[in-house]
Amino acid sequence: MVSASIKSTEIRFGECNKKLLEEVIFYGISLGADFVELFIENSDNSSVLAEEDFITSVSPSFGKGAGIRIFKDKRDGFVSTNDLSKHGLMRSISQAIEMLDISKNNNNSNFNGLDKIKDYSKSKMDWLNEVPTINEVSEKLLLSTKSLKKDKKVVVRKGSYARNWQEVIIASSDGTYATDIRLHQTVGLNIIANDAQYRSNGSRRFGSHGIPNEFRLWDHEKAANEVYETSMNMLYADYVQAGQMPVVLANKFGGVIFHEACGHLLETTQIERGTTPFSDKLNEKIAHESVTAIDEGLSEGSFGSLSIDDEGMEPEKSILIKDGILKKFLSDRAGELRTGHKRTGSGRRQNYSFAAASRMRNTYIAKGEFTKEELINSISDGLYCKSMGGGSVGATGQFNFAVEEGYLIKNGKLTKPVKGATLIGDAKEVMPKISMCGNDLELAPGFCGSVSGSVNVTVGQPHIKVDSITVGGR
Amino acid sequence: MNATEITTQITTAANILNIDKWDYGASFSNDYSVQVDRGSAKQLKASQKQVITLRVWNKENLVGITTTSDLSKTGIKKALKQANIASEFGNKNEFTDFSPLAKDPIQVKEIDKRNPLGIKKLLKILREAESKLIESHEAIKSIPYNGLSESFYERIYANSDGAFRNYSKSQAAIYLYARAEEKDKKPRSSGSVKLGYGVEDIDIESCIKEAAKKTIAHLDYSSIKTGKYLVCLSPEAFLTLMNAFSSIFNARSIIDGVSLSDKNSIGDLISIPALNIYDDGLNEKNISSAPFDGEGTPTKKLSLINKGKLENFLHSESTAKIFNTIPTGHAGLGSKVSVSPDWLVIEKSNECSDINMALEHKNYQGNFVYIEELNAIHAGVRASQGSFSLPFEGWLYNNGKKSSIESATVAGDIKYLLKNIINIENEEELTTSGISPHVWINELSITGDE
Repeated sequence: MVSASIKSTEIRFGECNKKLLEEVIFYGISLGADFVELFIENSDNSSVLAEEDFITSVSPSFGKGAGIRIFKDKRDGFVSTNDLSKHGLMRSISQAIEMLDISKNNNNSNFNGLDKIKDYSKSKMDWLNEVPTINEVSEKLLLSTKSLKKDKKVVVRKGSYARNWQEVIIASSDGTYATDIRLHQTVGLNIIANDAQYRSNGSRRFGSHGIPNEFRLWDHEKAANEVYETSMNMLYADYVQAGQMPVVLANKFGGVIFHEACGHLLETTQIERGTTPFSDKLNEKIAHESVTAIDEGLSEGSFGSLSIDDEGMEPEKSILIKDGILKKFLSDRAGELRTGHKRTGSGRRQNYSFAAASRMRNTYIAKGEFTKEELINSISDGLYCKSMGGGSVGATGQFNFAVEEGYLIKNGKLTKPVKGATLIGDAKEVMPKISMCGNDLELAPGFCGSVSGSVNVTVGQPHIKVDSITVGGR
Repeated sequence: MNATEITTQITTAANILNIDKWDYGASFSNDYSVQVDRGSAKQLKASQKQVITLRVWNKENLVGITTTSDLSKTGIKKALKQANIASEFGNKNEFTDFSPLAKDPIQVKEIDKRNPLGIKKLLKILREAESKLIESHEAIKSIPYNGLSESFYERIYANSDGAFRNYSKSQAAIYLYARAEEKDKKPRSSGSVKLGYGVEDIDIESCIKEAAKKTIAHLDYSSIKTGKYLVCLSPEAFLTLMNAFSSIFNARSIIDGVSLSDKNSIGDLISIPALNIYDDGLNEKNISSAPFDGEGTPTKKLSLINKGKLENFLHSESTAKIFNTIPTGHAGLGSKVSVSPDWLVIEKSNECSDINMALEHKNYQGNFVYIEELNAIHAGVRASQGSFSLPFEGWLYNNGKKSSIESATVAGDIKYLLKNIINIENEEELTTSGISPHVWINELSITGDE
C-alpha cells in the first residue's frame, strides 16, 4: 500500500506516469488555462579534461526537474522546479496560473486525457551503459594530448570530453504524451603554440547524437594533426589588413555564417520580437539564387538531430530558402500561436529550467556545382577563411564572427596566412552576395546559445563565395 | 531543506560510506522574471532551483566531485558515491585541499531584506517602462529585448573540518534594449541595464532615459573610414576589455599556460604608471557581492595593478599553494577549481605626470572615436594571444561635432593598449561590472564600411 501511494504522488522515470500527469494537467485546465505542458527531465552527465599528460578534471553531474508551461490566449507562464511530487507540480501549476492572472474559468473540455504514450526511448535504454567508461575516456584523451606533443613550440595541449544523457517525459493538454532518451557526446582538442613573441591557437570540436560508441571510433591522431597544422600555419601569421573584400568560406564550420547571419532571423522568436528583416518576405527573394538552405533534425547521428523536439513533435526537414526564395520559418508552439507559422519540430530548450523556443537543429546551405578551387580562382584579391571561430547576431540583424585560420587570396591563389580577422555584416545585405556554392557540403557540431539556453546544433555548408564583406582587422 | 539539515545529511551519508573528508557548495534560489511585447505579457517565468556541488577526498588524497539537484537522501548518497568514484581519477599532478581561510571571519553586508514583488507587479512595472520608452521618440518602434527580474538566493559552503558559512541575498535587474527605425535607414538598437537589491531600489526612470538617449543618438549615423584613430573608451567598454583579458591576473590561467603573464610577472610594468586596478568584490556599490568564494575563502579587496605594475594574482587554494601564497577569495568550486575576478575598480594613480589631462571626452575639440559599448566578446577576444577584434557602438567626434558610427570594429593588442593609455579621466562611473573612468588610447585600428 505504501509503495502504491508513493507511485501515485511522484514522477518515476521508466514507469507509467499517465494518471499522475493527467491529474496535474487537468488541474491546470480546471483553473482556466487554455493549454498545459509538462516537460520532465532526468539527466546524467559527465565531463573529463586532459591537460598535457594528466587528467585534471572529472565532473559527473545529475539531476531531475520539471518545466511547466501554461498558455492563456497568446500569453504564457513558465515555472520550473526540482520538486517532482504531485504536490510540487500542482503548486507550480498554481503559480503559473497566478502569474497569468487567470480567474477560475472551467475549461475542462480542453483536455480529453493523454494519448497512448509514444515511447521513443525503447531502443535507447542501454545507451547509458554502452557509452565509454571514465577510464576509457581518460585513456583516449591522454592519447590525443600525447598526439599533440609534436615539438617544443606546442606549449598547451588540452583534450576534453563531455557526455550528456537526458531522459524526458513530455505531456500536454492536446494529448501529447511521449518519452525519449537523448545522448550527446562531444570531444574537443585545443593547442597553443608559442615561439618568442609569436603565439597561435588551434582547436577542433567533434560531436554526435545517439551513437554510444562514437567516441571509441574517434580518430584522435587525425584530429591532432589538423589542430597542430592550424596552429603552426597561424603561428607567424601577420594581422589581416582591414577592409571590404570577397571571401571564400570553407565548408563544415564555415556554415556558422548562415547560422548567425540568417538562421536566427528565420526563427519565429525573432518575428515575435520584430527583430528580423525577413518577417514579411515569405516567398520573396532574400538570397542569391545559388543559395538553398535547410534546417532539419533528421540526419542520423548529427549533433542537432532529435527523435522528438522538446514539445513532443517529430522534427521535419524544413527547406528555409529554395534558390534564393524564402520558403519557411522555424516555429515552435508559441511561435505558431503568435505568428501563425506552423510548428516544424523545432521547439528546443537546454533543460527543464527553460521554456522551449524555436531553435535551429542541423542547419546548412545545400551543395552547389563548383569546386573549392573554382571559387578561389574567381577572386583576384580576397580572403580564404579556412576555420571559423564563434559569432553572434544583434537586435538589428548585424552579425560578426571570428576567423580562426585565414589566408589571403591573390590572383586566384592562396598565399600567406593572416590572423585577427572578423567578418562583419548584415544578413539582408550579405545573403544576396553568396554567389557561388561548392560541391563539398559537410556538417560540423556546435553549441548555440539563445533564449532557451544552450542547445546542440550542427552548422554546415559547402565552400561558398561571398562577393564582398567587411573584414575587421588592423 | 535548510543549510544545517543538508550538512547533517551529508555528514551522515559520508559516515556510512566511510568518506572522511568532504566539502560542498550549495545554492538555493527563487527567481521571477517577466518580458513584455508592446504592452502584452510575453513570457512570465518563475523558477525554484537547488543545486549542490560535493567534493570528496579519497585515501590517496585525490579529489572527486559531483553536482546534483537531487537533494533527497538518496540523491545526496548517490552524489557522494559518484564523487568517490570520480576521485579515482583525481588530479595526481596537483593536490587540492580545504582553503586555509575557510574558517576565517567573513564580512557580510548588512542589507535590509527585500520581499518579492511578485510577477503581477513586475509585469505592471515593465509594461509601464516599455510604454514610456516607446513613447519617448517616434523612431522607437519596439523594445525587442526587455526584462525585469528578481532573485532571492542563499549560498552555502561547509566542510568536514567544521567550516560552515552561508549568506542570503536578493537581487533585481531590468534591461531595456530599444530598436529604432527611420525611413530609408538601417534599424538601430541600444539600451540600458540597471541592478538593485530589489526592484524598488532600481532607478527605472534612469534606465528608460538612458536607453532612449542612447538609441536616439545613434539614429543619424554615418560610416567611418578604415584607419588608426585616437580612441576614448567609455567606463563600460574599458571594463569589458579588462574583464575579457583578466587571465593576465589569473594564477590558474598562468599555470595552464593561457595567460600573457607568468609566475615571475609580479612587479612588471604592464601599463602606464597612471593606472591602478583593484578587484573589489566587497565594494559597497557591488550589488552582486559575495562574502566568500566557492572554497569558503573570504572575499577581499586586492590590488592587481598598482601604478602600472602587476601587484597580485587572483588565487584559489591550489594555485596559492603552488605560488607559495594564500588564497584571495576568487575560486569557483569545481573538479578543477576555477579562478575569476569579482568586480574591477579602475582608477587613476597619483603618478600621472605623463598623461594628457586635456583629453576630456565632454570637452575635447579634436578628432577621436568614442567607444560606448563593445560587442561579441566571446567571438572577438583571443585572451591567450592578447589580441581583440570587436564590433562596437560609438561615435566619431570631429571638431566637437559627433556622429554615430554605422558599423565598425576596433582591433588591437591588450599589451599595446595598456602601454598606450594617454589619459585616464578624473570622473569615475559605476557600471554593472565595476567602476572606471573614461580611458583614452593613443591609436587603435578601426574598420569601417569605407
